[in-house]
Amino acid sequence: MDVIGQQLANASSLENAPAIKEHQPGSGIATEENRKQKKTISQEIMLSVRDLEVSFKTFGGEVQAIRGVSFDLYKGETLAVVGESGCGKSVTANTIMGLIPQPPGRIRNGEVLFKNRDLTKLNKKALREIQGVDISMIFQDPMTALNPTLKIGEQLMEGLRTHHKVSRGEAKRKAVEMLNLVGISNPEERLKQYPHQFSGGMRQRIVIAIALICEPELLIADEPTTALDVTIQAQILELFDEIQRKTGVGIILITHDLGVVAKIADRIAVMYAGKIIEIGNKREIFYDPQHPYTQGLLNSVPRLDLQEEELKPIEGTPPDLFAPPEGCPFAARCPFAMEVCERVYPATTQLTTQHTVDCWLQDPRAQSVIN
Amino acid sequence: MPLYILKRFIMMIITVLIIATLTFVLMRAIPGSPFDEERTSNPTIQANLEKFYKLDQPMPIQYLNYLKSIVTFDYGPSIKKPNESVNTLLARGFPISFELGMATIIVAVISGIILGTFAALRHNGIIDYMAMTFAVVGISIPNFVLATLLIQQVAVNWHLLPPATWSSPKHMILPVIALATGPTAIIARLTRASMLEVLTQDYIKMARAKGLSPFRIVARHALRNALMPVVTIMGTMLAGILTGTFVIEKIFAIPGMGKYFVESINNRDYPVIMGSTVFYSAFLVFMLFLVDIVYGFLDPRIKLHKKEGEV
Repeated sequence: MDVIGQQLANASSLENAPAIKEHQPGSGIATEENRKQKKTISQEIMLSVRDLEVSFKTFGGEVQAIRGVSFDLYKGETLAVVGESGCGKSVTANTIMGLIPQPPGRIRNGEVLFKNRDLTKLNKKALREIQGVDISMIFQDPMTALNPTLKIGEQLMEGLRTHHKVSRGEAKRKAVEMLNLVGISNPEERLKQYPHQFSGGMRQRIVIAIALICEPELLIADEPTTALDVTIQAQILELFDEIQRKTGVGIILITHDLGVVAKIADRIAVMYAGKIIEIGNKREIFYDPQHPYTQGLLNSVPRLDLQEEELKPIEGTPPDLFAPPEGCPFAARCPFAMEVCERVYPATTQLTTQHTVDCWLQDPRAQSVIN
Repeated sequence: MPLYILKRFIMMIITVLIIATLTFVLMRAIPGSPFDEERTSNPTIQANLEKFYKLDQPMPIQYLNYLKSIVTFDYGPSIKKPNESVNTLLARGFPISFELGMATIIVAVISGIILGTFAALRHNGIIDYMAMTFAVVGISIPNFVLATLLIQQVAVNWHLLPPATWSSPKHMILPVIALATGPTAIIARLTRASMLEVLTQDYIKMARAKGLSPFRIVARHALRNALMPVVTIMGTMLAGILTGTFVIEKIFAIPGMGKYFVESINNRDYPVIMGSTVFYSAFLVFMLFLVDIVYGFLDPRIKLHKKEGEV
């Protein structure tokens, strides 16, 4: 968490709290960050999610977990999806990955375009040829993501051997190479060990190695550092960064931890109640958040550079997704809510080429709100 | 590993010794003697007989003789069948009981695991309901009831299979079904329950994210983890099946150990009681030991031994 604080403190040009209604296009594209990151993000879209709607049947009715999510992912970039628990982050990830059990899950609408194919329409067999090969996933808890009864080597190699039909020797060579890449020493020996012989951080490295062994173009990381110690978190995040620069893999990072986001994301999508309410590059979201929810989210993170004693939590709770509100789902908790907010969902406003927000405050008829 | 086996071996010997002692005490606590007959025989003959079988000596000496017979594995002749030694009875009867017991265990484990796995994979589907109905029925019906039903219907009414004796593989089918149904049902329920739990684990999701085939996910990732409870129950189940064979053997007129065992207790045929009890308990204790070894192979986290330098 304190990473943000440091980052904010470091960015000399922007010492103040996020201000509303003060667009600063181009400002603060700070220099230090860009110099450090030599990543090449091309303008080519590799994954395009369009109007995705996913719901789950439960005894109590149908939960509308995702209610129209659209975003693009460019080649070689890291897109962070942030939001509080239950906002649909993980469902989005699992839908892209084709891991939504149907039933009870149902993809009601929308498409996930990858390599000119709609992943939501593929049959299971065709999907399996993409899972693990073109798109890989990293799970939250490395303590449970590895099969306790199989050796690390087998778990590493099986994806490769299933999809690429390589020989055992070839697979082993590749497995050793992957363990080297993720920073596990003595890989030849380690291949013969079982998961319980590794620490949590080591296991997460192995999970990453497994995800990367078939050289995927897209990596979906579902809260990859949540279950780890803070010191290990930093190591794993650096590993992500390093791997991305080496392999050019696109990363969708699901997290609720803004510190993680500040460290490795290029762009940030903020989700609330099954919708992306604001999306923009890191700088725009951190220093120029336009949606009251995004502002609230940032305010509820402890900061080192401000002398305030108390955190400002967002009051209230997210809406019930069994019967989502017609208007803006945040209206009930929003300090600036207007009458219209509760009736009609706001249109998307394009602020800069990358920054868009769904909020009625952007409407010219709205009163300007200044903190 | 060798150290572990040695330790277990010593424990096994102690266990068998305790069972043997208890058997001795209980056996002698039952009133009556092997020579009680309706017609009271000549007291001299009685005394001579007792002398021949060393039953005239004081209890502690008898107990020591008994221990000696266990160690040397020589129980002497049966009292009621003086022409046969306990060892020949065991050699004749046990292989048949063993065949029946093993066939039962194999059938129960294989069909139970398959049934349970399919039930879990089709959770709340028609296969699941059918399998679980079978399981409840299987657990509820005692094997002797099932045995008589099978003889009545399959053997007598339909003439499909022989009703009794033990002379060809065909003869094995009915007794094995009768004996295996209960254990199959228990294993099926256990497998289903633990499979359902395993299937929700992250590593199964991860296996799916790797794009593995459903068969591979179940066979390689789920089953091994789901089988732990099944292996655990195998030990006690073996005991149940072994004693179950006694009843089933009686119903199907199978010349296994069961007949001798039950008869020997009724007749107070001390050498046979002792011989068969000790032999059976030794066998059972050894099987439990095997189960523990299998445990270690199934789950690498269970360490049977300490390696040097490891805690």
